[in-house]
This record gives sequence, C-alpha cells and structure tokens, in this order.
Amino acid sequence: MTLTQRQARILAGMTIEVRGLEKSFKEVRVLRGVDIDVAPGSIFALLGSNGAGKTTLIRILSTLLRPDAGSARVNGFDVVTQAADVRESISLTGQFTAVDQILTGRENLVLAARLRHLRDPGATADDMLGRVSLTEAGGRRAATYSGGMRRRLDIAMSLVGNPPVIFLDEPTTGLDPQGRLEVWQMVRDLAAGGTTVLLTTQYLEEAEQLADRIAILHEGRILVDGTLADLRELLPPAEIEYVEKQPTLEDVFLTLVGGRR
Amino acid sequence: MRHFLGDTTALLGRSLRHILRSPDTIITTAITPIALLLLFVYVFGGAVDAGAGEYVDYLLPGILIITIASGISYTAYRLFLDLQSGIFERFQSMPIARPSVLWAHVLTSVIANLISVLVVIAVALLIGFRSGAGVTAWLAVGGILALFTLALTWLAVIPGLTAKSVDGASGFAYPLIFLPFISSAFVPTASMPGPVRAFAENQPVTSIVDAIRNLFAGQPVGDGLGTALAWCVGILVVAYLSATLVYRRRIS
Repeated sequence: MTLTQRQARILAGMTIEVRGLEKSFKEVRVLRGVDIDVAPGSIFALLGSNGAGKTTLIRILSTLLRPDAGSARVNGFDVVTQAADVRESISLTGQFTAVDQILTGRENLVLAARLRHLRDPGATADDMLGRVSLTEAGGRRAATYSGGMRRRLDIAMSLVGNPPVIFLDEPTTGLDPQGRLEVWQMVRDLAAGGTTVLLTTQYLEEAEQLADRIAILHEGRILVDGTLADLRELLPPAEIEYVEKQPTLEDVFLTLVGGRR
Repeated sequence: MRHFLGDTTALLGRSLRHILRSPDTIITTAITPIALLLLFVYVFGGAVDAGAGEYVDYLLPGILIITIASGISYTAYRLFLDLQSGIFERFQSMPIARPSVLWAHVLTSVIANLISVLVVIAVALLIGFRSGAGVTAWLAVGGILALFTLALTWLAVIPGLTAKSVDGASGFAYPLIFLPFISSAFVPTASMPGPVRAFAENQPVTSIVDAIRNLFAGQPVGDGLGTALAWCVGILVVAYLSATLVYRRRIS
C-alpha cells in the first residue's frame, strides 16, 4: 500500500502541537489550558469572539509572548527553547496590516526578502507581486493602496521565503466582500501548495468556507475541536423546512460589482 | 548574530527612505535651533558679555547641542509608530537578529542629526560664524557630536518603546532641550548665582559645549575634553543598557 504525500506528512507528526497552554495578564487568565493539533498542510480555524484569547495564542506560537505553563511546538520546534528555529519556520500576518506605508509595495517585499536572507530579493519581490496581482501597483507607495490591496501585500510579505507554517490573525476583518474573497482564495492556494495555515476568525462563514478543522476557543479554553461535519453532529439533525430561497445581500452585491465566488 | 550586519543594513535602508521621503523632519529639527541662533545673535546677544570675539562663535556649540536634543525625539516617534502599526511585531516574528531593529533606528538618528547639524552650521557661517579650527579639530567636533547623538538616541529609545501615546513618545525631549540654557551655552557661568552656577558647571552640557568651543577657537582643550567624553560615554552606556533591558521585557 502506498501512502499519498499528504498521509505521509500526517504520519510524520503534527505541525502544530499545543498542550495545556496557559497565559495570564496580571489577574486575567486569558488562556486556561489550551490543547490543539494542526496536521501538516491543513487549514485550521480558531473561532472565537473578541477577547477569547485567539490573538494571545497566535502571539505565543509566533514567539512574541512566553506562555506561563504548558508547551507548544511548531514544525517540531519548541516555541520557548527553540524560538529562533520556530521563526525560521513560520510567518505571522497580524490582526492589523503591518506594511510600511511610506515604502512602495515592491520595496516592502524586497525588505521582507532581505530579512529572510534570500539570495535574490528583487526577483522574489517581483514574483510575489505577480502572485498577489499587485505587479502594476508595485511601484506605488503602500499608503495609496485600498484596504484589500494592502492586506494582499501584507500576506505576500508573509509568504516571502515560503515558510511551511503561516499564522493569519483575523485576516479578513475590516475588508470588503471582494477583498475577503481574494484573501480566501490566497489561503486555499497556500494550503494546496502544502503550507500549514492556522487562522483565527470571528466569522463563522469564513471557518466553514476554508477550514479542514475548526476549534472554538471560548474564555481561554477549547470548547470543541473537529471537522465541520463533527461540529454539526453536536446538534440534533436538521429539520426539513420549506423556505423560498432569497438571494442574500452578499449575492446581490457581488453580482452587481462583478465579484466572483 | 550571523545576520546582524545584513539585517541592520536592510532596516537602516528602510528608515533612511522614510527620511528621504519626508525631509521635513530634518527641517523641523533644524528650524528651532536656527531661530534661537538668530534670536540670540541679533536680539539678546548685544546684552551678553561673553568675552572677546563674536557672540555667534560663542553661541554655536550650544545651538548644536539643542539641535541634537530636539532631533533625537524623532527616534522615539518612529519607534512608537512601528510598535503601533504592527510592523515591529512582524520583524520580531521573522528570523532576524533582533537587536538590528533598534540599531537601524539609532543609526538613522545619527545620520539625520548629522545632516541637521550641517544645516545649522551653514546658517551660522552665513551670519558670520568663523573658525580657525583645522581638520583634526573639526573631526574631533564631529566625533563628540556623533557620540553625544548616539548617547541621547539610546535614551530616546526608552520612551519610544514604553510610551502610551505619540505625545509621550516625543515629549521627553523638552527637558533635554532646556538643559543647555542652564549651562555655559548662552552665557558664561560666572554670571550665575551660587547654586545655579554649581549646577551649570557640573552638568554634561557645559563640559561638552566648552570642549567644542575650544576646538572651534583653536584653543587647547585640556581636561575639559576628558570630562566631555566621560559624560557622553557614561550616558551612552547607561542609556544603552536600560534601553536593551526595556526591549527585552517588551519582546519577552
């Protein structure tokens, strides 16, 4: 029996392993023992309302914050004792777009490539501009970009150097529907290319659309963790109701402005 | 630390682009010292007895100190904006030599302040400043000013990392700008009453200003230079260690 590449990678172990992770800020216990496993090449969505601890978890996994207790391994490296190795393996796209507005789009990407110590930063930047459809805007300052363009540049900066693990903290918050669809497509392409994606979101639809596995983080604990089908089974089977199917406002909006689904 | 030089160069290039694209930061840094220079030379200067020679020659070293003291607040400001915008966290989550993030800002400050100082000196030359200093003395002046900038910039890194607002980040420089007024920068300390004079003669600005003034005038600098350098290095060491400590806590 031969294994598919994907199965082989899953057998090789989890890309992200979090065990009993705790973190408090003064009196507030933000994480109260979090366990998650993210399989290689999968998209894992962390769902939760504001203040649930999503960003804190992402910050610990990207070595910006030390946990109080528990352990976390990313790509096989411990986030506390092997932080430098973790940083070689990951890339973080924070909740707010972190691009340099005074630099042009291309200069931002060249900077990211130089900081990842790539051999040809200029070529990497041009290639990346093409991948996120910003080639024409590449020579303009990022300050002149629309929100969606800026987010695409932001994610492109994270993709420079093709790190095997990507953290996306609320990647579509504040984007218009068109921008959101663009980001979704980027995330799907990434996973198709073998990158492991951990994303946080407060939009249920986003998790439904993208994730192989979904965990709900609530008051510092993981309430449930499973595939969409697993989560659906938690509730009684759907009752059949007959309703007239109305187009949603989103359908109308996207049809009128020419967005694709 | 294998990547320290390369990372610092990359980030320095970024900060220098910022300055190149908003040269107003250089102008605003230079404009207050130039205004003070003109004010003191043409308005108050006539009433000041600063000994023989032109008052502008007496005044310039202190004006240069004020230029640097106001210029370094841009480092706190830029660092604060980096923290606010999230780009600081992006850099921290990348496989870079972490100290290079601060060093890039500090070196940018040294370069920007050097340009501001040159602008102020150019204006001083236009209104009659003359120096008989040779190349060595000019280099010594440049060295003292660069060391002073380095020391104050590391000091500015601390509010840049800890401030809660833009005003907090840049407001810390006001006491520094005020310090030259209670020194030998504008008037000789001999005219001041006892306690003020004691403070003026024993604070860093006086020794630095006196050393630069002697270098410009082609006079022997004597022990004064040693005191001036000791102050600069002392402030530099304390500020650097404190800033590094604050940085470690901040990125824990």
